[in-house]
Amino acid sequence: MTAVHDEVLSFDEAMEKYDPALGFEVHVELNTRTKMFSSAPNGFGDTPNTNITPVDLGLPGVLPVVNRVAVESSIKIGLALGCKIAERSHFARKNYFYPDTPKNFQTSQYDEPIAYDGAIDIELADGTVFTVEIERAHMEEDAGKLTHMGGATGRIQGAEFSLVDYNRAGVPLVEIVTKPILGAGRRAPELAKAYVAAIREIVKNLGVSDARMERGNVRCDANVSLMPKGSTTLGTRTETKNVNSLRSVEHAVTYEIQRHAAVLDSGAAIVQETRHWHEDTRSTTAGRPKSDADDYRYFPEPDLVPVVTNDAWIEKLRSELPEPPAERRKRLQADWGYSDAEFRDVVNAGVMSSVEDTVAAGVSPAVARKWWMGEISRRAKIADVEPAELGVTPELIVELNALIETGKINDKLSREVLDGVLAGEGTPAEVVEARGLAVVSDDGPLLEAIDGALAAQPDVAEKIRGGKVQAVGAIVGGVMKATRGQADAGRVRELILQRLGVEG
Amino acid sequence: MAEINREDVAHLARLAHIDMSSEELDRMAGELAVIVDSIKSVSEVAGDDVPATSHPIPLSNVYRDDVVGETLSNEEALAGAPDNADGRFKVPAILDGE
Repeated sequence: MTAVHDEVLSFDEAMEKYDPALGFEVHVELNTRTKMFSSAPNGFGDTPNTNITPVDLGLPGVLPVVNRVAVESSIKIGLALGCKIAERSHFARKNYFYPDTPKNFQTSQYDEPIAYDGAIDIELADGTVFTVEIERAHMEEDAGKLTHMGGATGRIQGAEFSLVDYNRAGVPLVEIVTKPILGAGRRAPELAKAYVAAIREIVKNLGVSDARMERGNVRCDANVSLMPKGSTTLGTRTETKNVNSLRSVEHAVTYEIQRHAAVLDSGAAIVQETRHWHEDTRSTTAGRPKSDADDYRYFPEPDLVPVVTNDAWIEKLRSELPEPPAERRKRLQADWGYSDAEFRDVVNAGVMSSVEDTVAAGVSPAVARKWWMGEISRRAKIADVEPAELGVTPELIVELNALIETGKINDKLSREVLDGVLAGEGTPAEVVEARGLAVVSDDGPLLEAIDGALAAQPDVAEKIRGGKVQAVGAIVGGVMKATRGQADAGRVRELILQRLGVEG
Repeated sequence: MAEINREDVAHLARLAHIDMSSEELDRMAGELAVIVDSIKSVSEVAGDDVPATSHPIPLSNVYRDDVVGETLSNEEALAGAPDNADGRFKVPAILDGE
């Protein structure tokens, strides 16, 4: 594959000259038991082409029937996004030829979506709030999965043929479309990431989607265009398809802003087209020219009758909605007594629910935060996983904390105990026992270690005797090393000073 | 007479993946124009007070419970496919799609 590298402007320069406009189409796969229009299981990772019925293959003579739960989940998403719910909406055929749909059309909604005209508040890392207006949320079905074979890279370029698995074909989707988002300026990439994170949080909180981006449960198409500073006319946009991690969303928007700026600076025009995002090179390449809606020749799906809602149905679904994420955050922060900065850090680290569970299990909010923001986040970063995925349970933290509070172990040892528990060596108490990790509290061995450390560093001992008490740290360090961290550092300090006859 | 020219037909044929000869394009442009004109006559009868009808039968809210039913086996699913490999449908590589 010959890579064509587009010119890009630095982000700073792009921001000096242009204002970005964003728009997102986020596809959410619902976690219903069955598909949108057939009774085939909605599963992940099953044997290819087994979760299908004749409806999913578009065989002659089949009749689709709408999944009631999928409609209700879609209405819930609409309500959670502050949308109006259509009194009457219907399905439409979106016609296109590609092997990912065996019917040669995707059943979608066109002029009458189930939900429209909503808005959600997006909070950025520093607390700034942007309101993103929602144009519509409509119901549709997912497509099959193509694997391109032959060719060197496994990509479509150079492929000799493709293999298709239709297990995913017909899985219920809700596509959420924003209105153009203006005014984000240099925070556009950050807002893009925060928006997709918010949608993921909302649908997960609603329980209508597993919301796992790595499985494609939430997928984002990001539209970017630039306007020269001071202009109010939207520029030509590009649509970067299937940007499927939060990090990629941020990077893709940044890259497209820089690329657009370079094209516009050179005096050329932006081509309205889809772009493919490549995580490895952190760049996009041109896809197909964007089709006009006309080219899809939408028409009302004759096999499916309209969805007609009424107040009683909508209010029943509204009453089933969980506490909205923003309100939940407010309540938790008040309950825990965290400062704004402390709370934001917890949210941004993705450990709010973990802290909530840990507090519920019986430790103080401060202790829960110490664990999740400290040791557990540190380990998650090294392992490159989410903190919640490390397998640390609230009960484990409660037990570790009890061992610390009773003086059995100290903070440093608790990390080693955690190692042991995560390695499957048993409960914290068992690990302490098996690894011999209890704090040395008997002064005898400590005094022996202190004498050793003083003898090893006579110059430091002399300084301390001379009144430079702050030099004691070097001796404490030596003792901790000699006792493999199993001493209580505060007690060691006391004993050293006693030994040297110096007032602490 | 409706404006359906040769380019319109060629565009539609491309979207629908129908291979058409030059003569067919000319003939269809004429025939489609007649068809479009015929359908247009409907709008002379339906005024602004008549809502667009997508379904002739006044039926709505026909749903299915979210219960798993019978599925095809992998062999059954692939039985009608021109070609298959690895339990999947084998198709020519087509550059770029939806």
